[in-house]
Amino acid sequence: MGRHVYLDHAAATPLAPEVLEAMRPFLGADCGNPSSFHGDGKAAKDAVDAACSRIAKRLQARPDEILFTSGGTESDNLAVLGYARANKEKGMHLVTTAFEHPAVLESVGHLVRKEGFTQTVVSPDRDGLVKAEDVLAAVRPDTVLVSVMLANNEIGTIQPVADIGRELQKMREAGKTKAVLHTDACQGAGAMELDVEKLHAGLLTINGGKIYGPKGIGALYVKRGLKLQPLQFGGTQERGIRPGTENVPGAVGLAEALDRAQDGMEEENARLIPLRDRLVKGLLARVPKTRLNGHATRRLPNNANLSFLDVEGEALLLYLDAAGIEASTGSACTSAALEPSHVILSLGLPYEVAHGSLRFSLGRATTDHDVDYALDILPPLVEKLRSISPVRVDEKYYA
Amino acid sequence: MPDVTSRDRKQSWFYSDTVKEHFFRPKNFIDRDVGPDEYDATGKVGSPACGDELRVWMKVDPESERIREFRWKTFGCGSAIASTSMASVMVTENGGMTLDEARDLKPQDIMARLGGLPARKFHCSVLCDKALRDAINDYYRRAGKTDKMVVESARLVDPVAKVTDRDIEEAVLEGAHTLEAVQQKTKVGIGNPGVLPAAEELIRFYKEKYFG
Repeated sequence: MGRHVYLDHAAATPLAPEVLEAMRPFLGADCGNPSSFHGDGKAAKDAVDAACSRIAKRLQARPDEILFTSGGTESDNLAVLGYARANKEKGMHLVTTAFEHPAVLESVGHLVRKEGFTQTVVSPDRDGLVKAEDVLAAVRPDTVLVSVMLANNEIGTIQPVADIGRELQKMREAGKTKAVLHTDACQGAGAMELDVEKLHAGLLTINGGKIYGPKGIGALYVKRGLKLQPLQFGGTQERGIRPGTENVPGAVGLAEALDRAQDGMEEENARLIPLRDRLVKGLLARVPKTRLNGHATRRLPNNANLSFLDVEGEALLLYLDAAGIEASTGSACTSAALEPSHVILSLGLPYEVAHGSLRFSLGRATTDHDVDYALDILPPLVEKLRSISPVRVDEKYYA
Repeated sequence: MPDVTSRDRKQSWFYSDTVKEHFFRPKNFIDRDVGPDEYDATGKVGSPACGDELRVWMKVDPESERIREFRWKTFGCGSAIASTSMASVMVTENGGMTLDEARDLKPQDIMARLGGLPARKFHCSVLCDKALRDAINDYYRRAGKTDKMVVESARLVDPVAKVTDRDIEEAVLEGAHTLEAVQQKTKVGIGNPGVLPAAEELIRFYKEKYFG
């Protein structure tokens, strides 16, 4: 006992030591406010500007197209609310997918419920893949924003954002719509290329806490010329769109983390894919009545999401935690709303399958031994919970 | 916004040592299929769609009407398993409760013995008293004593989650003033959306009654 296997990297990653080192000066003595007219203020401003330039370069963007925010949620909120509100005259129709992160879904929902917008919500297929043509078919002359995530946060499936962006660009050029594309790249940023030109994205969200950077920092790419209405007021920072004293260590950390993640991506992906596949195949082989949620290969290298039918996810999560394995579940019992995962439900699967879903997300520290340990520990725990469960979910859901 | 689950992990772990003991080492559960006549009575509540399903079986001494044996199976979260396990101990300890005593067992009694549960876990995961009353009625039905069957005096709003108008009244009194808030406490209509209009009507009624 005493073993600790962290398989929840999609929720939060540890801060990389090199990132901490890069941030350290700005966590200690270098306390200047980038808006101050003195040496320390200048040093802080230079650090934020340098971070901004590094991030811009990674995205094939320009420094004036990067806004720092408090994280993925704020970036998503600012993209959806800020862009839609500022561009109402272009139209009041929004297109998104049924399994977006709540930061997008609930922002869209708010605009629909409270501000007179309309929405078309595109469903993914059973494998957790949205079809580009379905998204494009939903775009109308009065569509103002299309928001499709780069990779899903629960099941890791990779969406055809570049295809959507390219075709949307053609539609704009043909005068068929004015709609702009936003993509939430929080989960994809550690494993996928982020090139706003190739994606044809007008807005793109990233988050430090998912890529071995600090929590509490995110960025939003805003293509030059796009107008955003601020969500907060009281300063001229970030061109007045996101006022408030800059998070200097956060910005420095985000830039360092993004560079490291992108530089090491190919190697890390090549290391993680076989680990992920061994975990998935091992669990499917060792635990009967188990299904993989989301496409087997068109998914993030670190994501394994499985439903263990006839058991409830929270109970399994607690048993796993007691055995030293940390994961996540889509069960209602761990959500504040007591509603099971909207992502699993969006695949057309029933509540009981969503209740039994567990997400294992691997990371830089994950080893072969960790996978072996999970493969040994999990089957008897599922068996124990099944032995006291009266539920027998229909086999059509795991065949 | 929070991510998949880790959002409330801490809260989930606000389980007392007693809860953990009953969760990790549940008492009186039955780990095999049960034949129709093996026990004197059976009861059921919930459905996997609402996140919990609980079935109970009991043997009753026909003379004293005391519960001799109480077994269960549940699909549910940590607190659902622990509260069912605790209830099974409570109804069978010290020679067993009489059916009359058992009918009066309240979720609050079970929760008190567990040393408390996280607030939002209480209404949805302590279901055993409902399954128990269902089984008591089943016992009297099988024994031909239909006069002793008690229909829940409160009106059942959601027959799947077994949520009554009283449950909704209590939730509103505890400060749940929207459908979402009442659902957090009672699970009414989750997995059974047909009952939502009736639930919303009751929420409005009790809100107006108590809060004007």
